[in-house]
Amino acid sequence: MVALIESPVGPRPADTGEQDEIRPRRRRPRIWRGVVLGLAGVYFLIPLYAALRFALGGPTGGLTFAAFRSIPSQLGFSAAFGLSLRLALVTTVITLALMVPTAVFVHLRFPQLRRLFDGITILPIVIPPVVLIVGVLQVAPTFLKGTPYLLALEYVVLAMPFAYRSLDSGLRAMDLKTLVEAGRSLGARSISTLLRVVVPNLRSAILSATVLTVALVLGEYTMATLDQYQTFSVWIVYFDADNARVSVAASFMALIVTWVLLMVILSFDLRRTRRSVQAKEAA
Amino acid sequence: MSSTTGAYDVSDPGFTPGFGDVAGDGAATDRDRRSLRKRLVASAGLLPFSLYALIFLGVPTIAIVLGAFEKPTGGFTWSNIDLAAHGVYLKGFETSLELALFASVLPAIAGLFLANAVHTGRRQTLKRIVSTASGVFANFGGVPLAFLFIATLGSTGLATRWLTDIGFNPYTHGFDLYTFSGVAVVYAYFQIPLMVLVITPALEGLRPAWREASDGMGARSWQYWRYVGGPVLFPSFLGALLLLFGSSLSAYATAEALTSGSIAITPIQIGSFLNGNVIAGQENVGKALGFGMIVLIAMVMVVYVYLQRKASKWLR
Repeated sequence: MVALIESPVGPRPADTGEQDEIRPRRRRPRIWRGVVLGLAGVYFLIPLYAALRFALGGPTGGLTFAAFRSIPSQLGFSAAFGLSLRLALVTTVITLALMVPTAVFVHLRFPQLRRLFDGITILPIVIPPVVLIVGVLQVAPTFLKGTPYLLALEYVVLAMPFAYRSLDSGLRAMDLKTLVEAGRSLGARSISTLLRVVVPNLRSAILSATVLTVALVLGEYTMATLDQYQTFSVWIVYFDADNARVSVAASFMALIVTWVLLMVILSFDLRRTRRSVQAKEAA
Repeated sequence: MSSTTGAYDVSDPGFTPGFGDVAGDGAATDRDRRSLRKRLVASAGLLPFSLYALIFLGVPTIAIVLGAFEKPTGGFTWSNIDLAAHGVYLKGFETSLELALFASVLPAIAGLFLANAVHTGRRQTLKRIVSTASGVFANFGGVPLAFLFIATLGSTGLATRWLTDIGFNPYTHGFDLYTFSGVAVVYAYFQIPLMVLVITPALEGLRPAWREASDGMGARSWQYWRYVGGPVLFPSFLGALLLLFGSSLSAYATAEALTSGSIAITPIQIGSFLNGNVIAGQENVGKALGFGMIVLIAMVMVVYVYLQRKASKWLR
């Protein structure tokens, strides 16, 4: 039964008579799958390839890493990147402190509110950041307006959709109730159950929420530019309009590094899961 | 004692605050009162989040709505709304809606096919590559993507040169990266990943047993999608489409970075108000434009919530 559920589409061992009948019908999906994946590959990889080629292109036509190597020494880069990193740190800390307990709480106590929370946390995807920042700059008290960390406070809102989603799927995959009951029956208080039982089990969800939040903060442009702070992506646009090569190189690096980071985190987690499944099967 | 009641509390399948105790008789009032208190304590756990959302999402939104009806000198006026609903600003809304439509319908369809192709495949590596890439691309926002595309489809971009070599120069066929068509293409680059992210849970909710039953009864693939998969998926698809629509309607960074603000869509117009390009007396027209967007987004979200409710009938 488990095998049936795990492989819904792939060919299954069946009676030989039946197989002859099923085979021809099964081949078509594989063709269109190939076509879809191929087209998607072309659409998504060509710009990455083009950006890499462009960034590597030397003035004389040869290939050179000069554009990549010169990023750190560009005027304003370290200030902008440093600001973005600090904003990312603050945003991530607030996001996790806010969303992890909330997501756990919703799962544990108010499962019927999960759909409502899906709705609320999806809102920042559709609310225009440009509108939000207009409102924020109007109502924010002066002491907050003078500091870039006002941006971090708003980035928490922007990061909500994917942070919540990633935590939500992490919580769905684990047996939260049993874990919390076990913690309680061993006499742990809620806070230590949360920190010592739930959080370690949520590690990969928390890590991917973190990476996505950092990606968002590094890439966010609208609010930063309108609040007149030069963050990483504002710097990419403005630092030197004549030298697009460096801008492209920085864009490429930012995307690829974040992506690879996320992949590495998830594959570590997968190996762990596989090991625990094997251990379970061996037992 | 308290730990056991706590444990009982969470494991009790009948623990449904808000509904569970309605039919309780007199003997249960003590328990009712206790669980009411517990419910209040429990909802306090949602307080930090609710407060945060209220302060950083709700209050600015309300400020925009109020500001839309205010003279720069104070006092109520319709003139901001009036200006926002005419001339260049009306045209801005039209262009925005048009762009949002283009940049949501096609990416939604493409994203659905891609998500299904990845979902039905059995290669975990592919799934992981696509899901992580989707997360990063959908999250990273417009600026890096704009530069990727300048290197690709800019007037001397790599793909432009390839296409010109095979006899199809996109720039002589009405394409221009720095106008409407170009912005729509770049939007697709984060819209398709967004679609993959939001539609995959719905695809996972399609139970294999349904496909098996339909195969078992001799249905062809298209019949499965026409009579089973399609109808179940349809509300989720429409919901995701609306989300994409809202996302492209509110996008600012890509268009700004690509066109330096020359494309007249509403977010760009709002941004130019913040940048100080304002005629005296019209300072609050930007807020009226913001209010207009909030109204549009609110309409989108009402339909979205309705569709989600429909979708939840079949998908867990």
